[in-house]
Amino acid sequence: MCLGIPGKIVELYDVNGLRMGKIDFGGVVKEACLAYVPDAQIGDYTIVHVGFALNIIDEAEARKSLELLAEAGIIDEEFESPPEDGSGV
Amino acid sequence: MKYITEYRDAVRVREVLDDIRQITTRPWRLMEVCGGQTHSIIRHGIDQLLPPGVEMIHGPGCPVCVTPQQLIDQAIAIASLPNTIMVSFGDMLRVPGSQKDLFQVKAEGGDVRVVYSPLECLKIAQDNPDKEVIFFGVGFETTAPANATAIFQARQLGIPNFSMLVSHVRVPPALDALLSAPEVQVQGFLLAGHVCAIMGYWEYQPLVEKYHAPMVVTGFEPLDVVQGIHMVIRQLEQGRTAVENAYARVVVEEGNRPAMGIINEVFEECDRDWRGIGMIPRSGWTLKPAYAPFDATRRFAVSHLQTQESPLCRAGDVLKGVLKPNECSTFGTLCTPRKPLGAPMVSSEGACAAYYNFGRFETVKS
Repeated sequence: MCLGIPGKIVELYDVNGLRMGKIDFGGVVKEACLAYVPDAQIGDYTIVHVGFALNIIDEAEARKSLELLAEAGIIDEEFESPPEDGSGV
Repeated sequence: MKYITEYRDAVRVREVLDDIRQITTRPWRLMEVCGGQTHSIIRHGIDQLLPPGVEMIHGPGCPVCVTPQQLIDQAIAIASLPNTIMVSFGDMLRVPGSQKDLFQVKAEGGDVRVVYSPLECLKIAQDNPDKEVIFFGVGFETTAPANATAIFQARQLGIPNFSMLVSHVRVPPALDALLSAPEVQVQGFLLAGHVCAIMGYWEYQPLVEKYHAPMVVTGFEPLDVVQGIHMVIRQLEQGRTAVENAYARVVVEEGNRPAMGIINEVFEECDRDWRGIGMIPRSGWTLKPAYAPFDATRRFAVSHLQTQESPLCRAGDVLKGVLKPNECSTFGTLCTPRKPLGAPMVSSEGACAAYYNFGRFETVKS
């Protein structure tokens, strides 16, 4: 399955020399291997596929792609920022 | 949910579709080569919302579907041996072999288990030292780092009773083969977002130059998919051909270096047979000599199997995009997810399964 789900890293630890973590998918917390996102920090969002984090999601790029659409007149409404208190998860 | 909700926003999706309609002046045939994108397109009806004349062709983006029947038969043969535990991802269980599927082996008493992550196999092997644990390692580049890690860890931890049936396939050689096949008439491509998250998209530049077909790295949510389509059509309408990235929040051009590192450590390129398409040179990965002891085909003598494909199954044509699932004469009648004739009807990434599960029983053009 190439589908990956975005989730928030909430815990980091090592198991048998592999960097692992707990990822929060909107309330459901699952373990994933973070070996291939070595710069990952708690609070980062990542895409998880078969129990492995693929990349850290770039918040700035996410905003940029939605804002570009707005500027080009394609999207009339403003991109709404997620609430600062994290309740937008 | 963050990074999901905003990409499923119907208002934004409709606005991109409106813009696609405004810029499209001619018919175009676009292909997506990712089962996850096929499912998203069919589930959300994106193909039916595109302007008339713009057609989405579903490519061979289903690694389970392109796994040769012989390998399925080998897995079934190994799973039928005593003291084995065959482990795979869920949708492999119902893929038909020549006689039966893995689910039937399980029903007949075989130890066949489903896991979410290949790493779970290591614990199963450690918990069952008197049994052989075999993982059916199927996937595109997205899954390769995970499968490579399982093998790498098995060697590091000295786990002797674990091996893998490797069936990895690579997208760029498949695109090359599709673009050189005369029966495949496609002008632009959506590139698989998570394959590119691992491998980057530098590999597609030579293909764009060779075949003059625009290619856009695309995600999976409805807004991602229509943005990818929009960028391909914009290139086609402007007469440009380039590799562009519509999934920049996850994908960078050079890819994920550590992930490519583990792939290069464990795997090397090989020729691979794609079910329904044939042999595509250098289109697969196999274990490097240092890891050959973990190759299940070496550990278990299960060659000389008589492979028999269903004569009615047209999976090959569906995978090349020359036949839509609902144009197949057995679709929904002789071939259903419960009793599939081939893999695309039962795999979670199969085009036939997408059409069946989302009710596309008639060929309706909007």
